[in-house]
Amino acid sequence: MNKNITPPITQRIGQIFLLLLLAFFILIPFLLGFWTSLLPTADISKGALWSSHISLSNYYTAITQTPIIRYLFNSLVISFFTMAVQLLFCSMSAYAFVFIEFKGRDTLFYIFLATMMLPFEAEVIPNFVTVRNMGLLNHYAVMIIPFLTSAFGTFMLRQAFMQIPKELREASEIEGLSHWRFYAKVVLPYSRISLFTLAAYSFLASWNQYLWPMLTTFSDSFRPVQDGLRQLQSQETFNNWGMIQASAAIVVIPTLIVLFIGQHYFKSGLNEGAVK
Amino acid sequence: MGIELSNISKSYDNQNWTLKDVSVQIRSGEFFTIVGPSGCGKSTLLRMIAGLISISNGTLKIDGRDVTNLQPQERALTMVFQNYALFPFLDVKANVSFGLKARKMQSAQINERVANALELVGLSELKDRKPRELSGGQRQRVALARAIASDTKVCLMDEPLSNLDAQLRSKMRSEIRELQQKLGITLIYVTHDQVEAMTMADRIMVLHAHTVQQIGTPSEIYQHPANAFVAQFFGTPRMNLLSVHYASKNQRHLKFDSYIDYLLPRDIEDGDYFVGIRPGELEIHTADKANAVIKNIEYLGTQSIIHAVLDNDMEIRITTSKNNTFCLNDHVQIRATNTYFVFDSTGKAIFFNKGDVQNGYTDHKQEPANAL
Repeated sequence: MNKNITPPITQRIGQIFLLLLLAFFILIPFLLGFWTSLLPTADISKGALWSSHISLSNYYTAITQTPIIRYLFNSLVISFFTMAVQLLFCSMSAYAFVFIEFKGRDTLFYIFLATMMLPFEAEVIPNFVTVRNMGLLNHYAVMIIPFLTSAFGTFMLRQAFMQIPKELREASEIEGLSHWRFYAKVVLPYSRISLFTLAAYSFLASWNQYLWPMLTTFSDSFRPVQDGLRQLQSQETFNNWGMIQASAAIVVIPTLIVLFIGQHYFKSGLNEGAVK
Repeated sequence: MGIELSNISKSYDNQNWTLKDVSVQIRSGEFFTIVGPSGCGKSTLLRMIAGLISISNGTLKIDGRDVTNLQPQERALTMVFQNYALFPFLDVKANVSFGLKARKMQSAQINERVANALELVGLSELKDRKPRELSGGQRQRVALARAIASDTKVCLMDEPLSNLDAQLRSKMRSEIRELQQKLGITLIYVTHDQVEAMTMADRIMVLHAHTVQQIGTPSEIYQHPANAFVAQFFGTPRMNLLSVHYASKNQRHLKFDSYIDYLLPRDIEDGDYFVGIRPGELEIHTADKANAVIKNIEYLGTQSIIHAVLDNDMEIRITTSKNNTFCLNDHVQIRATNTYFVFDSTGKAIFFNKGDVQNGYTDHKQEPANAL
C-alpha cells in the first residue's frame, strides 16, 4: 500500500531540492555582490568574506565621489524615452498590421520581422557612421533615436492585437469609432498586459545597453550607468572595489523595481476575462 | 423603421456567390429571423445589413433611405453579438454607455439612458461590475442593454443565445421577445436553431446554399414548407424523407410497403419523388404482422423517439407517447396516417396532404435552388 504513495513524495522532495539548488546558483552572485558592497576594500582585497567593519560607507563614497547619480539620471532619461516611444510606435505599427488592410501587408510584416535576424553588432558600424554624420554623437539622442522602434515589439503586440475578438472591432465600427479612437479606447486598454510586458522589456534592454553607448558617448553628462560602472574602474590607479560594488548595487535597484512592478501586472493579467 | 433588401448579393471573388439575390421587405417593428445551417451566409447577410461587410450587388434601404454604401454608424442601428463583444476593461455601466460616448452625447442624457436600459434588463445593481464578474446570461443582458440604450429603432442580433445553456436560453428567448415588443424595435435575429426561429419570430427567412429557401411566418414554414430542405430543417426530430419512384400504373399509390401506402388525391407525373412524413404522423403498434425493427429509442419523458428500420431497409423516425411499450430490436408495425408531403426529385414541394381536411398544391413563388 505504502509503495503507491511513496513515489510522489520522493519525487516531490526531489523537485524541491532541484529548485532550491537552482535558486541558490542564481541568487548567490547577487547576495555575494550585495554583501561585498558592505565590506571595506581592504578586506575585499584580502579575499575575506567577513569583516568587523560592515557599513554603508561604500555607498556614501560612491554617491559623493563619483558621478554615479548622474549616470543613473542619464540612464533613466534614455530608458524612459526609449520605452515610451517604443510603446507608441510598436503599438501603432502592430495596429496597422492587424486592423488595417492594405496590399502586401503580410509580406511587409515578414520583411519587418526579418530585421530581427540581424544581430545588433552587425548594425553598429553603419549606425555609427549615420549618427556621426548627423552630428548626434555624445548626446541623449544618439542613444534613443536608433531604438525608436523594434521589430520584436511590433511582433509581440501584433500577436496580442490578433487576440482581440473581431466583434469588438465590429461593435466599435457600428458606433462609428475611427481607427484612432478604436486604437486608443479599445485596443490599448485591451492589450495593456502586453504593453506592460513590452514596457518592462524595452526599459531593461535600454538600461543594459553597453556597446552602443560606449562607442557614442564621451562625457559623464551623457554616459549611462553600465558604461559609467566601467568608467569607475579605470579612472583610478587603485580600484576601490567596495565602492564599485556599491555602485553596481545602486545600478541594479531600478531594474528590480521594474521587474517587481511588472510581475504584479503579469499576475493580475492572467485572470483577465476577455469576451466569453 | 422598415428595411428593404432587394437582390442583395455577396461575392468575394466575383465568381462564387456567398449570397445570391436576397430580397425581402422587413416591416417596422417586426421580429424577423434569419435561420439556416452553419455556413449558409446568414451572418454575412446580417453584417451586410450592418455595413460591416460591403454589398456586392443589390440595394439596401432602411426606412426608405438607400444605405447600401453608407458607413455602419450612418445606418442608425445596433448589433448584439454571439460572444457579447463586451469590453473586458470597462464596467457594466461604461460598456452600456460606450456607444453613446462615442457619439458624443451629453453626460446627463447618457446617465439617464444607461440607467433606463439597465433597469429594463434588470442589471441596475450590477452596474459597477466588470464583465468577468458576471455570468453568461448577465453578460448577454449587458449587451442587450447596450443595444437598448442606443435608442435606435433597428437592432441586429447574431446568434445572441448560442453561448448560453439550454435553460437560460429559453428564459432569454422570452425576455428578448418581450423587450422587442415593449420597445417596438425592428429586430433582425440570426440563428441556426430552428426552435429559436419558430418560437420568437414574426417571420422567418430560411437560408441554405447561398440562397433564400423560403420566407414566411413560423406556421407557414412548418405547415407549407417550400421544399424538402425547409421541411427537414424545422421540427424535431427531423421529418422522414423517403424516396420513391412513381409510375402511372401505380394508380395514385405511393407505396413503400403494405402499411405505408399513400393514396394521392390527384395524378402526378411519372418520376422520382420524395415523400416527407413528420415523425409524429406515423403510428407504431406491436402486432403480429411487423414491417420494421426498432434500432434505437430516445426516451424524452412525455414521448419517445423511435428509430426503426423498415423491412425494405429504409430508416425512419417515429415519435410516440406510448412510453415503455417498446424495446430495442422489437419487431413492430409502422402505419401511415393521412398527413404527408410530396417533393419532386429536386426537393421542391409539389403537394401536401393534411389529414382529410386540406390538401392541394403549394403555391410558392420562390424557386429555390439546391433544395436538397
